[in-house]
Amino acid sequence: MVPEDRLYTKEHEWISIDGKKAKVGVTDHAEEQLGDIVYIELPKKGGNVKQMTPCGVIESVKAVSEIYAPVSGTVIEVNSTLNDHPEKVNQDPYGEGWMFVVEMSNPSEVSSLLKAPDYLGLVKA
Amino acid sequence: MEETLKTTSLFGQHQKENAKLIPFAGWQMPLEYRGILEEHRTVRKKLGLFDLSHMGELEISGEGALDFLSEMITGNLTLVKPGQALYSVMCRDDGGILDDLVVYRMENKFMLVVNASNTDKISKWLEEHLPPDVSVKNRTDEIALLSIQGAPAETFLQHFCPDKLSALSYYHFIQSSVFEIPAIISRTGYTGEDGFELYVEAKQAPLLWEKIREREIPPIGLGARDTLRLEATYLLYGNDMDETTTPLEVGLSRVVKFEKEKFIGKQALLRQKEMEVPRKLIAFTMDDRSVARKDYPILLEGKNVGRVTSGTFSPTLEKGIGLGLVETMLTEWLSVGSEISVEVRGQPHPAIVSKKPFVQGSVKRGT
Repeated sequence: MVPEDRLYTKEHEWISIDGKKAKVGVTDHAEEQLGDIVYIELPKKGGNVKQMTPCGVIESVKAVSEIYAPVSGTVIEVNSTLNDHPEKVNQDPYGEGWMFVVEMSNPSEVSSLLKAPDYLGLVKA
Repeated sequence: MEETLKTTSLFGQHQKENAKLIPFAGWQMPLEYRGILEEHRTVRKKLGLFDLSHMGELEISGEGALDFLSEMITGNLTLVKPGQALYSVMCRDDGGILDDLVVYRMENKFMLVVNASNTDKISKWLEEHLPPDVSVKNRTDEIALLSIQGAPAETFLQHFCPDKLSALSYYHFIQSSVFEIPAIISRTGYTGEDGFELYVEAKQAPLLWEKIREREIPPIGLGARDTLRLEATYLLYGNDMDETTTPLEVGLSRVVKFEKEKFIGKQALLRQKEMEVPRKLIAFTMDDRSVARKDYPILLEGKNVGRVTSGTFSPTLEKGIGLGLVETMLTEWLSVGSEISVEVRGQPHPAIVSKKPFVQGSVKRGT
């Protein structure tokens, strides 16, 4: 399942853009590969993130994996529900499992992200 | 890149169950079916079914089999009667562990159950030391191993077995049948729960699997097998021990019987025991929400004193747990409750030395 209304990274994050604000999460493929997620370390609210640089961590039972920032900017909101309910990412990766919102400092970076069919091609390959 | 992976006789069942498959020690094995957390809790609270057919079975027979094996392993087989099994290790001359294994003593032969990753190595090692009156046969491909683990295992299995299972104590086995399929039923496991391991002819395994699955016993993958064994502080070869560690270092002194006249590794281990064991294996729980993983550094007052050998999230305790090898000299005063740190992605995270096991299951350990 790859929703058409957002963009994707090769590292399996999704991003949903509303003006200068970009909401970020990980894809269904990512959570499926990770298995049961037990802990998520999100970037700090107010902090800066840089495109395609690790800004957080997802721990599943069996492995650890990094969250890459799809775009650069300032983190203006984080989904603190995930502190106590990291399983939301497994259950609803594109909805309740969203992770943080970035106010983009360089919106042109968006052009380097993948559209849904291209991302689908990547995970199917 | 693409190597040919072996599959067990239950591969069709795993595909039908929609298992997530992974390569493991040259085999294509189920990692999980419905999620590691759920599978783990199923075994702790109820019953689960495992396919462990990747484990190696080596049959040792001949006049000199007992004497030969006694020299190959650190344990004392003279105390083991037919129908009994023994957990032991096999060492190199320098005391490094070649494998940990279970030896089943039958009427006139032995069956060694070894780690999948070591089957070929051990088979070769035995061949190299083999006297003329002993033979070794690798029966891994002919034998399937199913395991039923969980507190109600005896009650469940008794319905389908003609022999009295309550008479079978821990580390004992019988040649019997389950659903009229001939099986060696062994009261052993690797989960910390009571349970049975069933050795059957590979071609009968799918039928046995189906019969058990029809009774609503869910399948459990290798992912939960790992979290279950770590909660029970059972060691894993390749993680917590390997050829560079001795049984004395990893807390397996109890399986090394120095009173035996000779066994491979005895001199080296005796020397280590008389001098000082340089490293020891500790258990710890994380004191925040981080999860320790294999090879993360272990710190004491900011100083590196060892490394994590196994680390995971404990579904029962709902926090990070792990085992680690630390330098004895630098950690002499460490005891249960002591504060240590584990370096997680460059940052020290608080951890506490724990008792073993982390979780006390229904297994009736004993002799």
